[in-house]
Amino acid sequence: MTHSEIIHSVLLVLVMALVSFLLRAFPFIVFSGKKETPKFVTYLGKVLPYAIIGMLVIYCVKDISFASVSNFLPYIIAGAVVVLLHIWKRNTLLSIIAGTLSYMMLVQLVF
Amino acid sequence: MKYKHEIRRAFVSSLPVFAGYIALGFGFGVLLSTQGYGAIWALFMSVTMFGGSMQYAAVDILADSVSLLSAAITTLIINARHLFYGISLIEKYKGTGFKKIYLIHTLTDETYSLVCADQLAVGVKNKHLYYFLVSFFDHCYWILGCTLGAVFGSNVSFNSEGIDFVLTALFLTIFVEQWMSNSDRTPAVIGVCSAVLCTLIFKENMLIPTMLIILVALTVLRFVRRDKYDT
Repeated sequence: MTHSEIIHSVLLVLVMALVSFLLRAFPFIVFSGKKETPKFVTYLGKVLPYAIIGMLVIYCVKDISFASVSNFLPYIIAGAVVVLLHIWKRNTLLSIIAGTLSYMMLVQLVF
Repeated sequence: MKYKHEIRRAFVSSLPVFAGYIALGFGFGVLLSTQGYGAIWALFMSVTMFGGSMQYAAVDILADSVSLLSAAITTLIINARHLFYGISLIEKYKGTGFKKIYLIHTLTDETYSLVCADQLAVGVKNKHLYYFLVSFFDHCYWILGCTLGAVFGSNVSFNSEGIDFVLTALFLTIFVEQWMSNSDRTPAVIGVCSAVLCTLIFKENMLIPTMLIILVALTVLRFVRRDKYDT
């Protein structure tokens, strides 16, 4: 890389970092200070995590292909392990570890 | 040690993210080094940008040496959902002082899920310190994973196929926990349904349309059930 290429790359990273930060900071900037947060925003803040975490679950599995059994079956089985184990024991770490290990075993050894 | 309890709880809560970030970060580091950007770049990017899908996209942005404006727009599109994450944390992060800047900087999907998951912080006295430590640990795992990936490149191979499922399992567990501990499941149903719908229509670009539908649906929900939510 030449000198000017390095400078441009550094600037690119800084711009991407700055935009990422500003997006994350936006609600804190708008609803800062001592004035009370509008009721509607408080309501959104309360219900959004439920919707967003639901969205993130789907986002993680969006590339599943139902055309290939070896692709979707490990997801279904490991997903069921996570859900059932969590309903039964309600131990977050246990559900995650058991689900991940079963998924890894399924994709590495079975399918 | 004075804050032993907070440190231990934050560490245990963030363990799934440890596994996920080391694996995903490593993948990023390997990819970045194939474009001629070494460990120092992986370190620089993971410290300043701290975002999974964004850093993967940044590899192409750097390789193609695009304009600053187009890099800014791409970031805006990929990370747009983060615009709404802070809304849920205005109260939780109130009074954190200078720490707030760091808490904001480290607000990834995974950190957001952990700090929203109240069941993980039951019994923690100093909540602000706990949130800070969870964010800090997540950041450290990511920096470590990215840098190691760039250092070792494709020379190292350990059979970790499928380890990235750990982040899916993390979101799914928190989802199930919220489902069980909350009598009002409509917001969760709205999130899942709009995400499924948008995945079918927009494929990998589903995040922004999903966020928009969620916002509209939750707004409608409040007006339909004003009596319930206006308390």
